Amino acid sequence: MAKVLVVTSGKGGVGKTTSTAALGATLAQMGEKVVVVDFDVGLRNLDLILGAERRVVFDFINVVQGVANLSQALIRDKRLENLWLLPASQTRDKDALTEEGVSKIVAELRTKFDWIICDSPAGIERGATLAMRYADEAVIVTNPEVSSVRDSDRIIGMLDSKTVKAEQGEQVQKHLLVTRFDTARAARGEMLSIDDVLEILATPLLGIIPESQDVLRASNVGSPVTLNDARSAPARAYIDAARRLMGETVPMMVPVARKGLMDRLLGRRAA
Amino acid sequence: MINLPRLFRSRAASAPVARERLQILLAHERGLRGQPDLLELLRAEILSVVSRHVALDPEKVHVKMDRGDHVSTLEVDIEVPNAVERWAAAV
Repeated sequence: MAKVLVVTSGKGGVGKTTSTAALGATLAQMGEKVVVVDFDVGLRNLDLILGAERRVVFDFINVVQGVANLSQALIRDKRLENLWLLPASQTRDKDALTEEGVSKIVAELRTKFDWIICDSPAGIERGATLAMRYADEAVIVTNPEVSSVRDSDRIIGMLDSKTVKAEQGEQVQKHLLVTRFDTARAARGEMLSIDDVLEILATPLLGIIPESQDVLRASNVGSPVTLNDARSAPARAYIDAARRLMGETVPMMVPVARKGLMDRLLGRRAA
Repeated sequence: MINLPRLFRSRAASAPVARERLQILLAHERGLRGQPDLLELLRAEILSVVSRHVALDPEKVHVKMDRGDHVSTLEVDIEVPNAVERWAAAV
């Protein structure tokens, strides 16, 4: 049965789009049929992170307004045959997104895919509320930092009250994904620890993504971090997280960057 | 002379401070969720009850809630137009 998963955070710049691309790509590699949907109308970026920015012809709003049908707007990934993108409109404003339109498209996507991953815009306005509206599950992306944790708490409150599931007396299944985590700084007491964040937000942990230069490197070339270098520390962390989404039990650990021979010889610090 | 303890203190862990600030703030904010609606409901009901007996300007009814550590207070401030007295003064 199809699952609608929203990737959300409240705060901007914490890694929602990076996480959407990485989790989507990994689930697709595991054989699941996945569509990643960009809800950030006017500020779309998922197309860029996936390296599909030049292939966008029609978008979400075009489908809502009947200018194009869904199959015309869906873009198939060039590397993974199971991964598809539904881009947001770059030219319209966020009011072009209606509850009725989103409901219709999500219902249609449910008949075609195993996973519908909704990349939420930052904030708590219409785009963000519509991205979570029909979700069965949610990944809350949080940095171990006070403003991000506070905003995540607010978003968790909205997931528990403003979604269709919540209104039906059910629960959106929530998963916490801590990104940009620095084990050494947390150990020195300079950064909130995973236990701190878990205790404050009281939400099950999906994964810990270490702070890494590999994330920027992958976005520079338009490739999900898991495809760009599957052996990098953030990629391994995302792959573990995706396996947990599939119901596997994977021991929780923070992958560390592997130093290459040259790095060792030159005494370079791992990124 | 270098003040060694002070040197160490300046590098003291800041994460526990972050954690404590968040715990206090979020306990407060979680309590506030849905609260504005409650206040608006109280305001509307108080207005309708008092309006049955005294003509009121709806804008002059203020309901405020203060949350303290041990007790919270609900403050209701209703301005009643003193039409009779003003009339009397004019005569």
